Amino acid sequence: MAKRNNVWANVDWVSITLFLILMLIGWINIYSAVYNEEHRNILDMGQRYGKQAIWIVAAIVIAASVIMTDSRFFVTFAYPIYAFTILLLISVLFFGADVKGARAWFQIGSFTLQPSEFTKLATSLALAKYISNYNFRIQNFRSLVSIGFIILVPVLLIFLQNDTGSALVFGVFLLVLYREGLNGIVLFFSLLTAIVFVLTLVLRPFATIIILGAASFIAHYLIRQRFKETGTGILIAAGTYGLFYLLNLILGNPMKPMHILLITVFISFIVFYISIFRKRLRNLYLILGIFAGSVLFTMSVDYVFTAIMEPHQQARIEELLGIRSDPLGVGYNVNQSKIAIGSGGFFGKGFLDGTQTKFDFVPEQSTDFIFCTVGEEWGFLGSMFVIGLFLALLIRLVNLAERQRSTFSRVYGYSVACILFFHLAINIGMTIGLAPVIGIPLPFFSYGGSSLWSFTLLLFIFLRLDASRFEQLSF
Amino acid sequence: MDKFSKRKYIIIGFFLAIGAIFGIRLFYLQVINKTYKQFATNNVLRRVVTYPARGLMYDRNMTLLVYNKAAYDLQAIPREIKPFDTLALCNIVQIDRAELREALRKAKAYSRFKPSPIVRQIPPEVYAPLQEKLYKFPGFYVQARTVRDYPQKIAAQVLGYVGEVTQSNIDKDSYYKSGDYIGVSGLEKAYEKDLRGIKGINYYMVDVHNRIKGKYNNSQIDTAAVLGRNIITTLDAKLQAYAELLMQNKKGAVVAIEPQTGEVLTMVSVPTYDPNMLVGRRGKEFAALMADTLKPLYNRAITAAYPPGSTFKPINALIALQEGTINEYTSFSCSGTASTPIRCTHYHETPVSLRTGIRESCNPYFWNTFRSIIQKYPKAEQGFEVWRHHVMSFGLGQKISPEFTSGESAGNVPETSYFNRFFGKGRWNALTVRSLAIGQGELLVTPFQLANYVSAIANRGYYIEPHLVRAVQNDSMQFVEKHYQKKYTSIKSEYYNAIIDGMQAVVEETGNRATAFLDSITICGKTGTVQNPHGADHSVFIAFAPKYNPKIAIAVYIENGVWGARYAAPIASLLIEKYLTDSISPRRQPLEQRMIDANLLNPLQPK
Repeated sequence: MAKRNNVWANVDWVSITLFLILMLIGWINIYSAVYNEEHRNILDMGQRYGKQAIWIVAAIVIAASVIMTDSRFFVTFAYPIYAFTILLLISVLFFGADVKGARAWFQIGSFTLQPSEFTKLATSLALAKYISNYNFRIQNFRSLVSIGFIILVPVLLIFLQNDTGSALVFGVFLLVLYREGLNGIVLFFSLLTAIVFVLTLVLRPFATIIILGAASFIAHYLIRQRFKETGTGILIAAGTYGLFYLLNLILGNPMKPMHILLITVFISFIVFYISIFRKRLRNLYLILGIFAGSVLFTMSVDYVFTAIMEPHQQARIEELLGIRSDPLGVGYNVNQSKIAIGSGGFFGKGFLDGTQTKFDFVPEQSTDFIFCTVGEEWGFLGSMFVIGLFLALLIRLVNLAERQRSTFSRVYGYSVACILFFHLAINIGMTIGLAPVIGIPLPFFSYGGSSLWSFTLLLFIFLRLDASRFEQLSF
Repeated sequence: MDKFSKRKYIIIGFFLAIGAIFGIRLFYLQVINKTYKQFATNNVLRRVVTYPARGLMYDRNMTLLVYNKAAYDLQAIPREIKPFDTLALCNIVQIDRAELREALRKAKAYSRFKPSPIVRQIPPEVYAPLQEKLYKFPGFYVQARTVRDYPQKIAAQVLGYVGEVTQSNIDKDSYYKSGDYIGVSGLEKAYEKDLRGIKGINYYMVDVHNRIKGKYNNSQIDTAAVLGRNIITTLDAKLQAYAELLMQNKKGAVVAIEPQTGEVLTMVSVPTYDPNMLVGRRGKEFAALMADTLKPLYNRAITAAYPPGSTFKPINALIALQEGTINEYTSFSCSGTASTPIRCTHYHETPVSLRTGIRESCNPYFWNTFRSIIQKYPKAEQGFEVWRHHVMSFGLGQKISPEFTSGESAGNVPETSYFNRFFGKGRWNALTVRSLAIGQGELLVTPFQLANYVSAIANRGYYIEPHLVRAVQNDSMQFVEKHYQKKYTSIKSEYYNAIIDGMQAVVEETGNRATAFLDSITICGKTGTVQNPHGADHSVFIAFAPKYNPKIAIAVYIENGVWGARYAAPIASLLIEKYLTDSISPRRQPLEQRMIDANLLNPLQPK
């Protein structure tokens, strides 16, 4: 008995409070999003808000059960749990129900289960277990390959389910590895590659190269702190472009703007290279190199995309990135979502007074686009409050992870924080038009049992580990 | 603890950076950018319009001329239509299948969720069986509205008709929306703003499928429909109907005005049509009326400008009296058919006095009168300007209706500049423009202007702006009399008596004896026979009665009626008799029958 009391005393009540508040706000917003005049009772089991109430109660039961489980269970069974979910991922490919083109769900009667939701948790456990190994060295090639294996197997299986959104979540483990000593360059280039890739396909290469150029000049200024030098560089680039633009005009437009831009990039590159070489400013080579590499990457992505890929493959990628995601016209979902959030104003329209979400203008308003209801009914204030709560939880989790004595708990803690962060960033980013439309839920907010329970499990396993941080866990 | 623990700050910084980006983006979307609020309103707001009943029109004795009756539009919401028996529906609403198919195609092209009209203005007798069977046709609905009805079937062109707004109507006045109705002609057009009332607008919130979800803003910005205002016209329905009867199978116009008030008692344009033809499902009837070479839709009373002929002569005499170039005793000699420059068409004593000149419509007398006015001044141009000024004071050569903004012709009183251009400056004189002496040449007047000018003579020197509406309802539905301006002619009142005596003589002492129907009522009139280069001459007659305290001034213009005395004068006299005594004396009933039977449209009938 004394031990149990000890667990409840050591558990982090700040995180639990934040978790409960977020879940409650989510529930209220689901109520408002699908509010039905004829079913005013928030506990009406025929409506989504009634069902969500059950999921919430179940989530609390799950949370309590996890807290009361021996923390060593998760360490001991990290690999078996991982193996079990991999098995589930494989079997869902054969026995799963086909929902909206993705074979990601088990259907047992009216109950559905999405194994990929639990895979994040299992992968986090396996990763934590592997990294906490005494033999683990992140610089070690074999270790890196093993980590890659642990992460990529579920990613591959989820890709096969046609659930690309969930698969992309696993990219966030890079952040965890960074904390465990992965070279920052890897993180930087991964991020850069992802950004350039998305920009190239969403904004086309021309705009991407201009953005890259602007970013390089900003980086240059930040490093050198000399306005004159950066200004000269911008003038050289702009002047070259203007010169060739005029020349092109005089010659009767033989070149496309893209050609002029590439000529400009090429000439500027040579000019800057010579000046860097003369002044022996070694750290500027990096900027120039990254810029040149990015331009080449942009061009090759564009080339592969437009010249090599078949139209249906292009469509698939465009759909993935939300460039062409719906039958009602390009960007319909995002546009309606922005209208809903934008119409909320500073103070919002008030509880149940939102029109855009309630009247179905926003699709998926209780699941992926639940944040629209927050934005519309609670305005800028409410939106910032929710984002603030999430950030508070994330920062709390990072701090909790840092106070762990065992590597296992720390790695797992970072995994939890980063997974939650990825969901938050992509989900909200998508509703305000900053991220591609990838159908992933907002943790603790979006309607649905699977996602709520998996996030609850994910979070509370860490809180359980944290509660016994003074015990000797690693063996 | 380990060497990478500092990296937590980079990771936290990354989280906070994304949070900050979201904050900035949200601030832009929600606080700075206002367009999203507008989009959101457009998304959910639907205006539902309630149409008020159009105002009614009464005659001067409160006889109903125009009212509204129920009609129904069959509408369909394409999304809700299920396979149905098209033939059965076509039979009920009396359209063919091709029409139905085309209407459904248009409806689908417009919207799958919003109702579109399939058949417009179904009369109640068709609506009744439709209503019974409507349950067999899911997706079809009936929208009640009102259409005009004309119990008297008279004054078609005066009352005008109502039709759907055109794009230019919508562009000019944002009140109108596609599918609204508007007065297209006549009083319907002139009093559109009074008659139409004000549409009521209710705002509803709809969902993405356009289903109504509730009232917007608790109905705070909704407006209630305001009924159209009723109108009392100046028309006398009985006289109007009688005039249309007398004018049947003829081409021309009749305008009768009450001189003391300027109220138009009757305005007939023939050929005319039953105003009910333009109500409801407009189609074949409208096309036929539009295509008719006799132009029944055209209101000749105000739009047709004819030469006034001899009916203009009294003006010339009045001007000469005012200018002092003649007096009531002035005589001129007449050489009959040998007269120059204009020969006389009648046989009478010579020299002729003013009274005889008018009675006999003596062309030489009025040539001399006209010449005296023009030659009073050193230059013909100056004399002509004075003459023109006097003529204009009778309301000729200008639009005189205070009500009609379009469709009224100004007629024509030629300007000095016209002759200067035509003949050269200083190269014309009274002789050159002598046709004006006898109301021919460039002069053009509408029957409306002619009647108004008679009214000015009857009033001995002034007229009240001639009008068709006496009173309009105000906001509290009380009738309010309208006021019209009194306009004086430039001729002093004392000069009229000599002219009026002459006009009395026209009726009482010439072959126009048939027009003098009652010894107790003195009619003053003037005939006109207008030369028509295209066919038989036009028959014109102007008159007012009684001589003292006149009650009616009238102008009758009959195209190809040959002499003024043949058709125009008898018809005018019958109308005066009918108006003043409410009946036709037995002695004159054969004349009445002859006028009714006369068919000037039939080319085979002898004139």
